[in-house]
Amino acid sequence: MSFLNKDSTFWGFRRENGRVGVRNHVIVLPLDDLSNAAAEAVAHNIKGTMAIPHPYGRLQFGADLDLHFATLIGAGSNPNVSAVIVIGIEDSWTQKVVEGIAKTGKPVVGFGIEGHGDHETILKASQVAKKYVQHATSQHRVECPISELWVSTKCGESDTTSGCGANPTCGNAFDTLHGLGTTLVFGETSEITGGEKIVAARCATDKVRDEFMAMFNRYQAMIERNKTTDLSDSQPTKGNIAGGLTTIEEKALGNIQKIGKKCTVDGVLDKAEMPSHPGLWFMDSSSAAAEMVTLCAAAGFVVHFFPTGQGNVIGNAIVPVIKVCANPRTVRTMSEHIDVDCSGLLQRETTMDETGDQLLEVMMATINGRFTAAEALGHREFVMTRLFESA
Amino acid sequence: MYDLFDKENSNARLRDVNYLITGDPMIHCVLHDPEDSVAVVVTENVKAGQKLTALILDENRTIQIPCAADIPLGHKVAMKDMAVGDTVIKYGVDIGKVVAAIKTGEHAHVHNIKTKRW
Repeated sequence: MSFLNKDSTFWGFRRENGRVGVRNHVIVLPLDDLSNAAAEAVAHNIKGTMAIPHPYGRLQFGADLDLHFATLIGAGSNPNVSAVIVIGIEDSWTQKVVEGIAKTGKPVVGFGIEGHGDHETILKASQVAKKYVQHATSQHRVECPISELWVSTKCGESDTTSGCGANPTCGNAFDTLHGLGTTLVFGETSEITGGEKIVAARCATDKVRDEFMAMFNRYQAMIERNKTTDLSDSQPTKGNIAGGLTTIEEKALGNIQKIGKKCTVDGVLDKAEMPSHPGLWFMDSSSAAAEMVTLCAAAGFVVHFFPTGQGNVIGNAIVPVIKVCANPRTVRTMSEHIDVDCSGLLQRETTMDETGDQLLEVMMATINGRFTAAEALGHREFVMTRLFESA
Repeated sequence: MYDLFDKENSNARLRDVNYLITGDPMIHCVLHDPEDSVAVVVTENVKAGQKLTALILDENRTIQIPCAADIPLGHKVAMKDMAVGDTVIKYGVDIGKVVAAIKTGEHAHVHNIKTKRW
């Protein structure tokens, strides 16, 4: 039995829409690549704000544009965010993002650069940003039931120790959290290849299973359509292969250890889609680390478990990323990046129940305010998933 | 209770003390299922000619196998002889096919195993 139970609580920020965050960011969110400079200037002027630059937002269309808006609106709506300033090159799409975030009830305002220039935009946005920081810093953490926590997972720079130690440690913690009524997500559609029948068998209902297999098969068809080789230069990655992983099947079977032994898969989500009830969700998503964690942030998850083998250094702008590692060499050579060392599992010095709880201890400290290694080191990766070329 | 602020080398220290007190053999490699045809090397400096202690994770018991190659940490050692076309088993399930014969104790990786997908 874990030390966590249904009576456990944590200290979070309750937002206007009732959701609970574990961070209190004021973000300056560019609509498009052209607005990065103004957003970064505002964040430089006003202490306690954070710009989230990214390279897209022009001439996208159809489903790709829908995902762009869903990612920006989702990131701004995330309960780890107290208030948002949106800056875009023009007003119309800027206001669309503002209106999407405004549905949460949190403070949000947008500025279009055309007709004003960077100087005037930066001045006006900075004046509001100062007020937003003072609003955010007057908010206090309140005690919240553990069931209100939303936790995501995705692994990266995996090696064979991931499947033996770090991923099943995450799975053990997910088994505990699933029993406490929390909301959980995993994904990485291509990296289920070889383990899809195991995931399908864990689906709670036939409807969920059919939806999962439809997403899996669609992704496989995309790979078949675009591939020029057997993908042995991409999946597993060169880092995976250096770490001892040989095939996509082996990587996938290690990957799905993250969903533990008991959790059922209770629903499926499209990219950046918000879950509608507690339980474990599968999100159709990229297997690239920063893309996947960004999609989780956009779907409303507030803390992330990231098992690694060879040593991925990832963080995220919105969501604290907790890194778990069982590779004794990585834990030694990259110790500043690792939050939970579970390498003792490989020498029988500790058990999976112990390392699962060790991860949950670090999770509790993190959601109560302690910085993760990635936060202390300044990792703020924010990477949009693109579906196809611009118009 | 896990001490959040003093984790540096705690496992390495524990490992040394544990070995001195109990004489428990160092685990050189691990497999998930007793039927797995490959095991993962979990220590540095595994050399040809060594006798390896392999831990079966699902059963928490160890077995001994001979090592026929220098194998890096994280890479796999063959638990049995395998011929071209054989299915490689790990986690108790199919992880790919043999494309060059592998003998017990040899290094099993991309030079002798390929995916069956894509």
